[in-house]
Amino acid sequence: MKKPSQNPQPPQWATRFLRWYCRPRLLEDLEGDLYEYFLRNVRDKGARRARFIYMIDVFKFLRPYTLRKIEFITFLTHFMMIGSYLKTSRRSLVRNKLFSFINIIGLAVSMSVGLLVISIVNDLRSYDDFHEKKDRMYRVITRHEGAGQSPMNLASTSVRIGQRLKENVPGVEDFTLIRTGFSGDAQIGKNTFPLEAVWADRSFFKVFTFPLVAGDPRTALKEPFSLVITEKTAERLFGKSNPLGQTVRFDTLDYQVTGVAKEAPALSHLHFDALISFASADATMGKKDNWFYAWNSVWSNYVYLTIPKGGSPANVQRALDRINAEENKGVEHLKVNVSLQPMKEIALGKDLSNNIGPETEPVTLWILGGLALVIILSACFNYTNLSVARSLRRSREVGVRKIIGAHRSHVLGQFMAESVMIAFLALLFSFGLYLWLRKEFFALDPHIAKIFTLELSFRSVLYFIALAAFTGLLAGFLPAVFFSKINAMSVMKDAGGLKIFRHIGLRKALIVVQYTLSLIFIATTAVGYSQYKGFLNFDLGFNTENILNIKLRGADATVLRDELAAIPEVKQLSRSSMVTSVGSMFGDHTKYLPGDSALVWMNAVDEHYLPIHQHQLLAGTNFTTRPEKGKETEVIVNQQLLKRFNIADRDPRKALGKILTVGKQKLTIVGVLKDFHYGTMENKIEPVMFRYSGSEPWGYLNLQIASNDLTATMEKIADAWKRFDKVHPLKATFYDDQIEEAYSQFSVMVKAIGLLAFLAICIASLGLFGMVVFTTETKLKEISIRKVLGASEPGLVYLLCRGFLTLLGIAALIALPATYFLFDKLLLTRFVYHQPIGLPELLGGALLVMLLAVVMIGSQTAKAARSNPAKVLKSE
Amino acid sequence: MKGTNLGEFEELVLLTIAALGREAYSVAICDELERYTGRSAKLGVVHAVLNRLEEKGLAKSQLGDASATRGGKRKRYYEVSHAGKVALTRAKELRESIWRNIPGFNLEGSL
Repeated sequence: MKKPSQNPQPPQWATRFLRWYCRPRLLEDLEGDLYEYFLRNVRDKGARRARFIYMIDVFKFLRPYTLRKIEFITFLTHFMMIGSYLKTSRRSLVRNKLFSFINIIGLAVSMSVGLLVISIVNDLRSYDDFHEKKDRMYRVITRHEGAGQSPMNLASTSVRIGQRLKENVPGVEDFTLIRTGFSGDAQIGKNTFPLEAVWADRSFFKVFTFPLVAGDPRTALKEPFSLVITEKTAERLFGKSNPLGQTVRFDTLDYQVTGVAKEAPALSHLHFDALISFASADATMGKKDNWFYAWNSVWSNYVYLTIPKGGSPANVQRALDRINAEENKGVEHLKVNVSLQPMKEIALGKDLSNNIGPETEPVTLWILGGLALVIILSACFNYTNLSVARSLRRSREVGVRKIIGAHRSHVLGQFMAESVMIAFLALLFSFGLYLWLRKEFFALDPHIAKIFTLELSFRSVLYFIALAAFTGLLAGFLPAVFFSKINAMSVMKDAGGLKIFRHIGLRKALIVVQYTLSLIFIATTAVGYSQYKGFLNFDLGFNTENILNIKLRGADATVLRDELAAIPEVKQLSRSSMVTSVGSMFGDHTKYLPGDSALVWMNAVDEHYLPIHQHQLLAGTNFTTRPEKGKETEVIVNQQLLKRFNIADRDPRKALGKILTVGKQKLTIVGVLKDFHYGTMENKIEPVMFRYSGSEPWGYLNLQIASNDLTATMEKIADAWKRFDKVHPLKATFYDDQIEEAYSQFSVMVKAIGLLAFLAICIASLGLFGMVVFTTETKLKEISIRKVLGASEPGLVYLLCRGFLTLLGIAALIALPATYFLFDKLLLTRFVYHQPIGLPELLGGALLVMLLAVVMIGSQTAKAARSNPAKVLKSE
Repeated sequence: MKGTNLGEFEELVLLTIAALGREAYSVAICDELERYTGRSAKLGVVHAVLNRLEEKGLAKSQLGDASATRGGKRKRYYEVSHAGKVALTRAKELRESIWRNIPGFNLEGSL
C-alpha cells in the first residue's frame, strides 16, 4: 500500500455518504467523475484543497434527481419479518435469563427517573393551562433601578399602571389589578377566624378563568367592601349555611359576601382563600395615602391583561414604553420600567422577586434532564456491553439471515426493534418503580406537594412511551450496527473467527464511565450530607438547645408570659423581635462618626435574651434600664461593629460608653459581645447590635425548656396559648428545628442526589456483574487448563479480577478529584463558613462501591476457579 | 410543448456531445464546453442537464470500460439520439429563419 502523502485519496466518509444517498444507476460514473476532478485538483491546488472541494461537491450533488428512491420492498420485508424478529427476540430473552434480567431491570430503574423528570417538566408546563385565554394573557412586570442600587426585576408593579391602562391603551382587551397581603381576623357573629385574602378588581373574573359557584362574576368585585370566598373558606366560616349576602367584620369594617368561587386548580400560580374588591383597598388605603398610587410603589400589586385574538403584545409594549417614559419624569433618582410577561412563563421562566407561586428557571430543568439522561445512558451502556459481549451466540442467526437474503438494513432493523421491545417491557416495570419514586419525591419536602401534582395526563403518557422508544434506540444502536456488519460467510464457516474481544476497549471505557458517574454521585451524597450536618451543628456563638420560640400574633404578650413562666418546666423566658441564624435579617442605618453610615443588623430583645442564649459578653453588662419603646438609650454590639466603625481601636473595654446614632436616636454602648452568626452560613459575620425592647407584639417569646416529658410540657404551653389567643393556632418551634428548616433546601438536594447515587450504583453494579459472569464463562476452559497446569485458586481469582479492578481504580481516580473540585470550586463557594471536605466522606462511599464490586467479581471468579477442570475439559 | 423544448444550455450540451463523437462523457463535455464558451462549466450543472436530456429522450448513454484514472470506475458515454438530432436541427432552422428576416442595416445601425 502506498503512503497517503504520495497518493492522496478523497475523504472516505464523503464517498460513503455519496454512496448512501445516490441512486445506484447514477452512482458509478458520478463517483468516477468526482474522482477524476479530485485528481486534477490535487495536481493543481494541492491535496488539502482538493479534499475540501470533493467534500463540497458531494454535498452539492445532493439533489432530487440523484437521491435514492426509498425502496418500498425493504420496508415491506421489515413489516413481514416483524413476527420472526419478535419470535427470535423472545427466544433469546428467555434463553439468557440473567442477561435479560440485568437489561430489563437496569433500563426500568433508569427510565423511572426519566419518567419522574418528564412528569415534573410536564407539570411545570401545564401551569395555568386552565385559563381560557391563557395564550393571550400577560402579566405586567417591573424593572426597578434606583440610583446606587442594583436593579431589581419584580413580578409586582404599581397601581398607577392600572390607572394608566384604563385610559384606553390600544391593543389591550381587559386587565385586572390585584394586591396581596390582606390579613385579618374575620368576625362572624361571635366567632373569629383568621383570614388571608387578595384584593382584586372587578374585571378579575373576565381575565382569569376562576368559575363562581354563586354570585355574579361581573359585579361580585365591583362595590367596595365586597368579599368573594372559595368553597373551602365558605365551609370554614359559615358551615352549611348559605354564605351569599352574609356580613363579615374585619376590625370595624363590614364586608359583604358577594360570591363563592371554586377552589383554584392545583396547577395555578395564583391561589387564594378569599378575594376582596379592590375598591375596598382604595377606600381604606388609597384615600389616605398618596403612596398607594405612586408610580414607584411597585411592591405588592400585580397587573394581568389579555390582548384580543390576533392582537400583538408588541403593540401593547410600545404603549407601555411610552407610559414608562412619561411616568419616570415624575420620580427622582429612580427608573421604573414595566414590560409584559406571557402567562405561560410565570411558573417556568426567569427569576423575579415578589413572585406569586412556584417559579422554576429552565436551567434547573435542563440539569434535572441531564441527570436523568446520565442514569439512562448508564443503563444503555449495560445493554450495549452485554449485547456486544454475547454477540457470539447470535452471530450464527445473523449469518443465516444474511445468507437467506437479509440486507444490512434488515439486520439493523431487527436489533433495533428488539431493543425497543425490551425497552417497552422495561417501561412496564419502570412505571411501577415510578409510582414508588413519586411517593419518595413528595416525601422529600412538604413544599413539593404544593407545587406538583405529578398526575398522569394523556400528554405525559405519550412522553413516557416516547422515552421508552428513545431509550430502546439509544441502547440498541451500537449492538445493531455491530451485528449488521457481521460477515455471513466467515461466521458460518467458523463462529470462533468472530472477534468478540475486538471491542474490548469500548466496553472497558463504558464501564469506567459508569463507575465514574456512580462514584461521583455517591461521593457527592456523602460530602453533601456531612456538610449539611456541619451546618446544623455549627457553633453559632450562642446556645440554641432546648429553646422554644413562640410566634406572637400582634397582641402584647405580658399575660401569656406570666402564665408560661408559671409552668415549672419553663426555666426562663425572653422576648425578641426575630429569630437569628435562620435566614431573616433586619437592619438599620447607623453612624458613629458623622458622615460614615452603615447598615447594621439588629435584633430587639429584653433583658433575659442574652442569658438564655448564652451570648458571651466580652465587656460591659446586659441592659440595665427598662425603657418604653422608642426611648431606649442602650445598645449592645458585637466585635465586628467595633471593627467596622473602628471604635476605640477595637478594644471592647474602651468602647463602653461610646455613642452610636441609629436613625435619630443616640444609643450608648453598654456591652460588647463576642462575634456570633446572625445570618446563615452563606453570610459573613457582620456588624450586629441588640437594642432593648420590653414588648414585641409581632415578635417571639423564647422559652428555655427543661423537661423530662416533652409532650406534657407542650400541652401545658398549648393550653396557656389557647387561653391567651382563641383565634390563632399556636406556632411554637424549637430553635434547632428552625435552623434545620433554614437548610432544608440543602437536605432535599442531598436526599435527591443520594437517591440518584443509589440508582446509578445499582445499574453500574448490574452491568459489571453481567460482564464478570460473561468473562468467567468464556474463560472457563482457559481457567481449567491453567488449573491442570498447576495454577493456584487465589492466583486464578487474581488473574480474573485484575482487569476489572484496574477499571474501578481508574474510575475512582477520575471521580474523587472531580467531586472534590465540584464542591471546593463550585458548590461550597456560596457558603462563607463550612466544614473542610473530609477525606473519610470522599473515600467512604467509593470504598463501599468498590467493596460491592469486589464481592461480586470475587464470588464469580472464585466459583470459576473452584470448578473441577476435569469436568469442564471433558465436555468437549 | 414542454418536454421536447430545448433550452439554450441544453442545446449547447447536446451540440458538444455531437461534436465529441465517441469521447462524450461528463468530464470531457465540461472541458469542451469551457473551451467553446470561455466560461467555466460546473460538473454539477452539466450532470443535471445530461440527466434531463436523457429523460427527455434527446440523448442516450451507456457505460464504457473501467480505467485506472477514475479509481476503477467506468465512464458513462453519451450520444445524441434520433429525437435529439431532430430537436437540434429544428432549433437551428428556427434561428436561421429568424435571421433571414432581419434586414442587414438593422443590426449594423445599433453598433
